[in-house]
Amino acid sequence: METKEVSTDPLNSIWKFFTSVKLTVVLLLTLAATSVVGTLIPQNKSPMEYRQAFGDVLYRLFDVLDVFDMYHAWWFQLLLLLLTVNVLVCSVDRLNSSWKIIFVKNPRFNLDRFKNNKNRVLANDSRSPEQIRKVAEPLLSRKYSYRRLEEDSDGFVMFAEKWRWTRLGVYIVHTSIVLMLVGGLIGSIFGFEGYVNIPEGESVASIRLLNSEQTHPLPFEIRNDDFSVSFYDTGMPKEFRSSLRIIEQGQTVMQKDIVVNDPLRYRGVNIFQSSYGELPQQPGLTAAPQDIQLALVSKESGKEYKKTVRIGQELELPENLGRLVLREFTQTFSFRGRDLGAALTGTLTQADGSAVDITLPLRFPSFDRMSPMFNPARSDAVFISVFDVRASAAPADKRYFTGLQVTKDPGVWVVYTGFILMILGCFVTFFMSHQRICVHVAAAGNKSRIMVAGTANKNKMGMQRKVQHIAETLVDSARQN
Amino acid sequence: MNSSLLLSITTFVYGLAAFLYVMSWVFKKEGPGRLATWVILVGLIANTAGIVLRWVESYQMGIGHAPLSNLYESLVFFAWTIALIYLIVERRVGNRTVGAFTAPLACLAMAYASLSPNISDRIQPLLPALKSNWLIAHVITCFIGYAAFAMAFGISIMYLFRQKEPAQVGGLMERLPRAAVLEDLNHQMVMFGFLFLSVGIITGAVWANSAWGRYWGWDPKETWSLITWFIYATLLHAKLMRGWHGKRIAYLSLAGFAAVLFTYFGVNYLPGLHSYGAMGQ
Repeated sequence: METKEVSTDPLNSIWKFFTSVKLTVVLLLTLAATSVVGTLIPQNKSPMEYRQAFGDVLYRLFDVLDVFDMYHAWWFQLLLLLLTVNVLVCSVDRLNSSWKIIFVKNPRFNLDRFKNNKNRVLANDSRSPEQIRKVAEPLLSRKYSYRRLEEDSDGFVMFAEKWRWTRLGVYIVHTSIVLMLVGGLIGSIFGFEGYVNIPEGESVASIRLLNSEQTHPLPFEIRNDDFSVSFYDTGMPKEFRSSLRIIEQGQTVMQKDIVVNDPLRYRGVNIFQSSYGELPQQPGLTAAPQDIQLALVSKESGKEYKKTVRIGQELELPENLGRLVLREFTQTFSFRGRDLGAALTGTLTQADGSAVDITLPLRFPSFDRMSPMFNPARSDAVFISVFDVRASAAPADKRYFTGLQVTKDPGVWVVYTGFILMILGCFVTFFMSHQRICVHVAAAGNKSRIMVAGTANKNKMGMQRKVQHIAETLVDSARQN
Repeated sequence: MNSSLLLSITTFVYGLAAFLYVMSWVFKKEGPGRLATWVILVGLIANTAGIVLRWVESYQMGIGHAPLSNLYESLVFFAWTIALIYLIVERRVGNRTVGAFTAPLACLAMAYASLSPNISDRIQPLLPALKSNWLIAHVITCFIGYAAFAMAFGISIMYLFRQKEPAQVGGLMERLPRAAVLEDLNHQMVMFGFLFLSVGIITGAVWANSAWGRYWGWDPKETWSLITWFIYATLLHAKLMRGWHGKRIAYLSLAGFAAVLFTYFGVNYLPGLHSYGAMGQ
């Protein structure tokens, strides 16, 4: 037996420690105070920025304390855990005693306690107890779900009560807090949060996780069929819209246009419109351009000419420098093992009648200047560069990528259940109370003496008004008869 | 008449009501007090009309949305809620001195909205993220909560004046409701505000989850609303479970309202990383 005592003692004192509401107050205030820190110091920025702002010493101190990601730091999570245990232990501890009060078949009433209530209302009435009972019964039955009548030799006592279960309100609130924290935990263990940019017409099967360099594979492909952005007259953005398609094993399984506040949800993964951007035009050109604007520089005169041509169209060069025909567009032009990107190739017929091949990479306008060095047949009388291309004769369609936020949070329904319970629980706890009322009527000669008293576990002033009201209604009913 | 003008007039109507309440209290005259009730009622009606008119105007501009989308509109709604809750409290308590402490808050909120050069009263179109019914629920519930806390703030100040014993017979303080009444009223307002703050945080979280895929992200505004929640939760537990009462509860109520104000205005002045350099050097 000795050993048992020894082993339960520390457990007991731990339990005792967590039943303390003083601990709750301390934890709540500590959480409030420490939370301030994370709002003063921006979270999750790069070490370089912090070092610049705080200097080396302070930086290292903050880093050790995880101040730069403090809401996920062990000590902050520990505070949350302590609060959870505190809430749980307090609730279980008190529910033990509340349970017997809340779940009873026959509520017990103690007439003497009502008689000693200092807010009781006393009145004399000319009617007999029997007559008063006929008024009191419907009056109480309208407002109180449970009623009990006890008759004695010189009158009766009527007990009534309602909303006994509202004593559970505070436990509902506490359950909701535990659910929210558990839901958050489930989300952080089994969920993920990341971003991905998808150019129009392309698809991805993985995303980049938030605050890390890691990529995370998705169980399906997301394809961006189209992205559009519209603006108000003021220039403020009005709507971002992505037409997305979910592809599983080559099959389209879902298609949806998403806008901000209306995400796509598929197999527990949520896809949100988050940002967008324009794709760079020239280097990413995918189809042969229609109109090509060239810059021609004559060595002799030093003049620069701008000409617009199309592929296959012959161009007579100025100053009788020759003729140029562009023949082909290539996405990748490889030069000495290096990819120089999109380029146009063609034939330059020089002033002397000799024809040479010519290549004009879109991203390197001075490339042609170097060609005499590699090609002895090439004269240096003229240099040509591309300074603009148009995909079609119509104004170019901008190409966008859509920025999506992709999350999975299996805990969210637990958290939402917590939300609902929190609202219900707060309402019940604050604005509903277990109300008990007692009407005692005793004959006094051929008159009666009425006593009305009531108790409530909350909002005692409100209960007082109700007691007053019932007493007044009872007394006033004498006049109506 | 446009809504901005109507709401500017409302500012002065609330100002007049506040003035009359203070007069009534200081000079112990019933007349100005009774008038003040009517004046603040007129203010509330003008405030309501202003909000409705602004709503209509936004539709006429082709960018129709509920007038709850920026600082100006939220301040206007804040003032409206304070005035409404005050009138209910006045009816229930039957003491107009509360008006001397809380009607000025409605006037201040309106004055800040109408007169501050930093606050634009232009009706602006909604950014994509703000197009959500959750936003409307979020703003309404938050500001009902804030208004209740504002009332609790005014009542706590009254309490701190009132509880200084012994009150001079026939003095200013004696005309305030009894300390016990004020304490109970403070508690009621805090409970009411706490419920609505909770609903406000929750609807905000649901909105964030539908717009950005996360219900909680520890951004400064979210965090400060939680700090406010912690402070009032402390107050409720200290009072109900630890038996705190009197001055300590009143001070907690003041601290809570300071957190409310910081959540509302102060968060905008917190350093982003861009203003870091100035902070470090």
